[in-house]
Amino acid sequence: MIRLEALTKTYATPKGSVTAVDGVNFEVREGEICVLLGPSGCGKTTTLRMINRLVIPTSGKIYLRGRDTDSVDPVELRRGIGYVIQQIGLFPNMSVAENIGVVPRLLGWDAARRRRRAEELLSLLALPPAEFADRYPSELSGGQAQRIGVARALAVDPPVLLMDEPFAALDPVNREAIQDEFLRMQRKLRKTILFVSHDIDEAVKMADRIAIFHSGRLVQFAAPDEMLAKPADAFVASFVGSDRTLKRLRLIRVREVMASAVDARIDANLPAVSPDDDLRRVAALFLEHGVESLTCVDAAGRALGVVTREAVARRLALEDSQ
Amino acid sequence: MNTAATSARSRSPYWALLAIALAIAWGLYASGLAADILRYRKDIGYLTKQHLTLVAISGSAAIVFGVGIGIWLSRPWMARWAESAIQAVNMLTSIPTLGKLALMMSFLGIGPLPAIVGLWIATLLPIIRNTYEGIRIVPAHLTDAARGMGMAPTTVLLRIELPNALFVILAGVRTAMAVNVGTAPIAFLIGGGGLGELIFTGIDLQQQGMMLAGAIPTALLAVAVDFLFGQAQYWLVPRGVNPLRAT
Repeated sequence: MIRLEALTKTYATPKGSVTAVDGVNFEVREGEICVLLGPSGCGKTTTLRMINRLVIPTSGKIYLRGRDTDSVDPVELRRGIGYVIQQIGLFPNMSVAENIGVVPRLLGWDAARRRRRAEELLSLLALPPAEFADRYPSELSGGQAQRIGVARALAVDPPVLLMDEPFAALDPVNREAIQDEFLRMQRKLRKTILFVSHDIDEAVKMADRIAIFHSGRLVQFAAPDEMLAKPADAFVASFVGSDRTLKRLRLIRVREVMASAVDARIDANLPAVSPDDDLRRVAALFLEHGVESLTCVDAAGRALGVVTREAVARRLALEDSQ
Repeated sequence: MNTAATSARSRSPYWALLAIALAIAWGLYASGLAADILRYRKDIGYLTKQHLTLVAISGSAAIVFGVGIGIWLSRPWMARWAESAIQAVNMLTSIPTLGKLALMMSFLGIGPLPAIVGLWIATLLPIIRNTYEGIRIVPAHLTDAARGMGMAPTTVLLRIELPNALFVILAGVRTAMAVNVGTAPIAFLIGGGGLGELIFTGIDLQQQGMMLAGAIPTALLAVAVDFLFGQAQYWLVPRGVNPLRAT
């Protein structure tokens, strides 16, 4: 869907040329979220901005659905790519509905159609249109503004979204909520998303693939579980943190390691787990109660199976030895 | 509630002015000066027309050129020279307006033309400065978002930069026009005509009635122009970025 080939950007400075992005190659598949991860100044944002040509590459190619983006008028290109930035960038001179209608208006939609689309998107994001459509950005909270920033990027239903640290300015509680909401929406919309982040927890949570950058180079491109299990080098290992096993536990669901046993005993003194719980919760319960196994129950409280310490360890070893 | 408070605040000076004007009118009437002033009503009519012509031509030309030059200086390709240009504008602004008129007279002789050009320059400079500054302080992330969404440069200017800078631009226009109407009487000194003729002649001849026949319409004009541009600021600047209409 999006392919980067030997993408390079150098800047001429008084002290000589500086390479911001150095020969980056990777491909993002349709419907996937790829998080560009790394410390500040690593080239992740520059890479993102080359995709919609806000930054012109020094060399290398970007293909969008097989089409070389060099050959497309940048203004046309950008209208087909949703763009969300950290500062949100809602236009303070326009109401919420007008903000959402910016790209539709550029594409020549009439006022009634723009309004309908804005209301539809506000409903999708659980912001009642009657209450929000005619507000101005100065009348919104940070979380509401960022939701509307996302709605604006989705206005003409573009297949690709570029998001530059979109949730970084929010407080932790709001960020969690909006991340969950966004992932729920993404399961329905199946957009192809490039998402810049400097936060490993956010990356692990959001990504299908993580592209981790270090001083302009792509050092590892892998699924989160694989990256946590097998960091490519010492930089990646230190960036993902010494608690990477705990982070991995969050990625694995009980259903993946559970041994079915419909007759499993339900111990009233122990909490039961659900198939959709992650292993971090299970591990916490193992430690808290000093047990070797826990019973897994369905929503109705019927026993489905057991999850054991050994099964968890086996699952963690599985990826390690790949 | 806030809206009511704001509009009350923006209207109260005009109520105060009205009260003062009524007090003065009564004072003039009671002292018999009113009759004295009205002897000049023919002159008042003729000179007011001349005066308004000076203000209207120099003012509207200054708005057109000032906003245009301000926009031009704010374009990315001007970035290298814009700051020096604004410094030059600031320096020129510091020349007293009477000095500007005198300079114009030495280039263009006497009559309405040097008066109009002098007033035009005096009005132009603050408009250039505020237009440039107003656009410059529009946050970079807004223009970045606009470009990233696929707006062409002209669209970014018209839909994002100008609406967000408009309050500052109009503040510049309002100040500049106050300077313009305040200076216009001096145009008489270089043969530009206008209400200054009554004021200065009245002072020279120690004719209080004649002087007031020029001064009162000049004052009323200043208040009217300020009111006009105040209203423009209130109604033209989009509600989301209008401090006068903040909710």
